[in-house]
Amino acid sequence: MARSKAAGITRRELYEAQQRRRSILVAATSTIIVVVALVVLVPMAPGWGKVQQSFFNGEVLAKTFPKLLEAFRINVMIFAWSAPAIAVLGLLIALARDAKSPALFPLRIFGAAFTDIFRGVPVILTVYLIGFGIPGLGLPRPWNSPYIWGSLALILTYSAYVAEIFRSGIDSVHHSQRAAALSLGLSERQVMRDVVLPQAIRNVVPSQMNMLIALQKDVSLLSFIGPVEIFRQAGVFKSLLANFTPYVGAAIIFLIVTIPATRYADHLMARQMRERR
Amino acid sequence: MAKLELRGVVKRFGDDTVCDGIDLDVEEGQMVCLIGASGAGKSTLLRCINLLEPIEDGAIFLDGTDISVPGLDPQSVRARIGIVFQSFNLFPHMTAIENVMLAPRRVHGKSRAELLPEAEALFARFGLADRMHNYPDQLSGGQQQRVAIVRALAMQPEVMLFDEITSALDPQLVGEVLDVLLMLKKQGMTMVMATHEMGFAREAADKVGFLQNGRIVEEGPPEVLFEAPQQEATRTFLARALK
Repeated sequence: MARSKAAGITRRELYEAQQRRRSILVAATSTIIVVVALVVLVPMAPGWGKVQQSFFNGEVLAKTFPKLLEAFRINVMIFAWSAPAIAVLGLLIALARDAKSPALFPLRIFGAAFTDIFRGVPVILTVYLIGFGIPGLGLPRPWNSPYIWGSLALILTYSAYVAEIFRSGIDSVHHSQRAAALSLGLSERQVMRDVVLPQAIRNVVPSQMNMLIALQKDVSLLSFIGPVEIFRQAGVFKSLLANFTPYVGAAIIFLIVTIPATRYADHLMARQMRERR
Repeated sequence: MAKLELRGVVKRFGDDTVCDGIDLDVEEGQMVCLIGASGAGKSTLLRCINLLEPIEDGAIFLDGTDISVPGLDPQSVRARIGIVFQSFNLFPHMTAIENVMLAPRRVHGKSRAELLPEAEALFARFGLADRMHNYPDQLSGGQQQRVAIVRALAMQPEVMLFDEITSALDPQLVGEVLDVLLMLKKQGMTMVMATHEMGFAREAADKVGFLQNGRIVEEGPPEVLFEAPQQEATRTFLARALK
């Protein structure tokens, strides 16, 4: 190898180092230009003063932030009981849709209808229909709680998506794995439980992480049927203070949770790509 | 009565006839090697014997009992006939020893504690004692294939089928896997093997069958089939394969 003794690096390494320096310089320059443009130009817009006053008001933010954080606990709570229910129901639906025995045919039809319906209707509509419809039956407390039926609406909708992801995971396990397991004398059920599902679930963890992040955000839709969670609380403050800053505060709180979660999901996805190579 | 008898076995995939009336007798303790070009029907035939593929016509007898009756529960048959595949097909989410113990646990309902001594002995016998707790991706191809053989043996099958088990291996790893087969032969295992390893078939087989277009064109003891093949097709194939 043609190594120049003095520098201790090859021609190629020298070239690549130069290229790297160039890229960093270009990236830094363009970033500075964009940031300067934003910081200098945006405030020059005629309405900037008003926008700053009503959306980025530090005083209002400081006043409302603790209350918003408190309201966010309701989001976390609804999320915390919905997510496990979604995982279980989603898996059951996925298995029902792949059921082979003729006795389970109704289950297959049900699974297909379920995913078609709940993937086809906007989440907000499902929340409205179930969240207002079922308590409308005149159920006694606590069974008329919007927390219960709102959560159910989320659980049904998200289970439909999660079930489809589980199914794609089941399909992603190579058929030779099934053949190998069957050839050892395992039953179809044992093959699914011991060989296919563990691999399928592992394969779809990153995709399911993304569903969790989406769920965390969609919990806010329940505000339309009653629960005073963070979005609703921000709305209350908006009306009270005639200022939109609480919404920005709510957005910040969401980002604090979702950005690390998204990064983590991306990390899992990237690792899986490397492993599959 | 032979241990395993095939009578006029026909297997089609759509219009494609892969096995076209195959007759074969495998005696207890015999090692039968099937040779032939890729696509001749060797692998499909083995999969049919293990009931992984249903056959269109003909019959397969194990100890004189027809195991190819449509509607027969394949599980009990598969537990008696082990198969090892070209691509190992170990379960990647389990350690080697878990791979081996899974089927006996589930099918025979034994506990890990009951199975462990037996499984450990198998690993030791095939030179894998220090690899028991590794995952498949931490093993070499040869080690993976030997674990796959151990996995099939753990069910204590009466017949073992080997489907080109050395074809996916680096040449220097082929030997360690073939040695395992010689050990099994010595213990009296009944075996059917589809293979491209002509040298091995010639040395180790009790009987060799040459397949072409889904038929056994010629069969006989290796010294006859390799030294003095009767059929033109066999001669042509061997001339190419042994070149």
